[in-house]
Amino acid sequence: MPDTIHGPYRVLDLTDEKGLYCGQLLGSLGADVIKIEKPGGDPARNIGPFYHDIPDPEKSLYWFAFNTNKRGITLNIETKDGREILKRLIKTSDIVVESFPPGYMDRLGLGYSELEKINPKVIMTSITPFGQTGPYKDYKASDLTCWAMGGLLFQTGEPEQPPVHTSHIQLAYLLGSIDAAWATVVALYWRGTSGEGQQVDVSIEQSVTKTSYMLHDFWESTGVENVRASTFYRVAKSDVRLTLIWPAKDGHVAFLIFGGHWGATHDNPPMVRWMDEEGMADDYIRQLDWANLNWIRMPLEEVEKIHSYFGKFFKSKTKAELHQGALNRRLLIQPVCTLTDILEHPQLKARDYWQQLEHPELGATISYPGRSCLPSEAPCKLWRCAPLIGEHNKEIYQGELGLSTEDLITLKQAGTI
Amino acid sequence: MANKALDGVRVVAFEIALAGPMTTAMLASYGAEVIKVESRTRIDLMRLAGPFIGAERISNEGSVCYLNPNPGKLDLSLDLKHPRAKEVIERLVKWADVVAENFAGGVLTKLGLGYEELRRIKPDIIMLSSSIYGQTGPFAQVPGYGALLTALTGLPHLTGFPDQLPQAPGFAITDFIAPRISVLAIVAALEYRRRTGKGQFIDASQVETIVPLLTPVLLEYEVNDRETSRIGNRSTRAAPHGVYRCKGNDRWCAITVFTDEEWQQFCQVIGSPAWTENPEFSTLLSRVRNAEKLDALVEEWTINHTPEEVMKLMQDAGIAAAVVQCGQDLDTDPQLKHQHYFHKLDHPGLGGFSYTGIPAQLSKTPYEVERAPFLGEHTEYICTKVLGFSDEEFVQLMVDKVLE
Repeated sequence: MPDTIHGPYRVLDLTDEKGLYCGQLLGSLGADVIKIEKPGGDPARNIGPFYHDIPDPEKSLYWFAFNTNKRGITLNIETKDGREILKRLIKTSDIVVESFPPGYMDRLGLGYSELEKINPKVIMTSITPFGQTGPYKDYKASDLTCWAMGGLLFQTGEPEQPPVHTSHIQLAYLLGSIDAAWATVVALYWRGTSGEGQQVDVSIEQSVTKTSYMLHDFWESTGVENVRASTFYRVAKSDVRLTLIWPAKDGHVAFLIFGGHWGATHDNPPMVRWMDEEGMADDYIRQLDWANLNWIRMPLEEVEKIHSYFGKFFKSKTKAELHQGALNRRLLIQPVCTLTDILEHPQLKARDYWQQLEHPELGATISYPGRSCLPSEAPCKLWRCAPLIGEHNKEIYQGELGLSTEDLITLKQAGTI
Repeated sequence: MANKALDGVRVVAFEIALAGPMTTAMLASYGAEVIKVESRTRIDLMRLAGPFIGAERISNEGSVCYLNPNPGKLDLSLDLKHPRAKEVIERLVKWADVVAENFAGGVLTKLGLGYEELRRIKPDIIMLSSSIYGQTGPFAQVPGYGALLTALTGLPHLTGFPDQLPQAPGFAITDFIAPRISVLAIVAALEYRRRTGKGQFIDASQVETIVPLLTPVLLEYEVNDRETSRIGNRSTRAAPHGVYRCKGNDRWCAITVFTDEEWQQFCQVIGSPAWTENPEFSTLLSRVRNAEKLDALVEEWTINHTPEEVMKLMQDAGIAAAVVQCGQDLDTDPQLKHQHYFHKLDHPGLGGFSYTGIPAQLSKTPYEVERAPFLGEHTEYICTKVLGFSDEEFVQLMVDKVLE
């Protein structure tokens, strides 16, 4: 076993979809993460997409994605035996991560005050939509409603259309999980200083609010709401909208036409020269005085006219042509990457970003994003693929806790494992 | 005063804009001592960005774009290009546990402040460089800014309505996600150093931070050969699952109904109109199949209610519903108030500004938010009290314009 950053630490992961990514991040730095599922498997295994479109709890790609780096056992903590086994595991653990509704663990006699008695050094991290206390703590939530409460939804989409969130990946939950991961490591650092564990209380609403930049700040300082503008940039104190997302021949690119000194000394003159080379410029755009161009003072029709040259040009070329041309001319044009574009990105390939994981049960090797940062002394990587249901029951219950085969049969029959 | 988890940790920050400052601000909230190195000739551009507290710009202070990501730091004004800046920097690095930087590719190395140089000054230093593409590879030197980076991450591809433009979620969203991974890496490295005595260099590429979040759909592309794309607010797991127009101007409520029980409750809340009995909506499968029709009918009800009413009625019935909160809503949100999430602090001579809190609270070592520093506010303190320059040396550094 190579040296790892979190090698000495053990994490018990009791989370559902709201917190799965936390354990995975800690595991990527080498922690021994044990995913504890209900007998029969965690409900998050029912979230698609599925391998070869076969809806099966052992084939959920959502499950694969956020449970790498974990071993897996099944345990029903609502039974007395289940709780006793969990308590034995807590003795050898450093971190417990959970995402049950506030009060649930207390009712099972597994709240922090109990865990602390079993292991005073344990850190208990709770991830919930609204945090452990407060008037909304028992409110129901989904990823979409967390986007709404935290303000990110108000900031995303076209102003004339309904606000819209990111499909498929449950980004609000991922943000909560990331906050849980770093805050847990901060608590771990304090434990190294003081010898004491503590509770970490993560509110996904707050995680989202931390991400909805300027929404509260803007309202407080100007009295005006920062209404969503996700395909254009709103020029302050005017009605001018500068297009950000442009249709290309085969997709979209992102580009802003800066006015003033910046535009005159950076992208605009070489952009016009490029249009000219392609026969798509005329005297108007060639002679435009970029240095003295001030969007705020310009009539809206002229703003649109200038945009139309760029729009026609982008529309006439593929994303790849625009990107390559931009790199050659040192212009800031960025393709709006599709999944293909990301998987094929030369930079990620050059940095050995993709990591192959073998799934023996599928007879397949699948390529995963390998890391979220690159430390020089010890790897941040994928150590193992997501566990099958109860894959490590034997290893942990028999190998580590010393339960007999008969014990396991009894526990299985009682629905405990 | 309560202990803080990162008490005693010393950080030097060479940073601009958002991603760098957000990182060290989180460290500061949990007790790290952070020295932000600025220069009057090269100030953090966010200081000029606006909007400003007190409405208009009266100085290099007061831009909310600068205040938001810089609470709790000490500010040193140093001309990095001055030949004698090295004398100050060497002492800073000797003092520090962590150097965090997000200058564009290679700038710090050109100034003689690369990891190898820093390591010569302090062998167990931890250095984090945050950039768009990372420190190596063919794109390492390609510049960019938040909005473009977001397009690169694939998030807009998954955000928006089908057959319409991709939408960049939030505003420069990567600048708010990447710092959290940087904090994770820095504190993990501190912990590792405590155990092993070894410092290290952390190459934090913002793209590489975000791409793992897309893993489910990237895997789907690989194994099912399908380019998954944006589907608006719909879900294959729930219906209704959407954002519905409510009474008022640009007022909306998100509602998500997953189970049959929740559907029954939902129907009761909206007064069980006849259409809810329609077989088109009687099972989850039929509701998902007929989501478009269903959404239109749901909106016929929500449009007559404020989003606050909708949320209250639905939540009382155990259904996940939430006001699409705007800035003012966040300000009055009783949950955030209960948690003291916004920290309104006074800036002498400028007025008040509410700093956003930290989404994770530690029970025994709670975080604290202190105001962002003025440019060069702590130059004298840092030089004479932290770095050990004599008063005469300090004055000479000022006279020679090493300090500004």
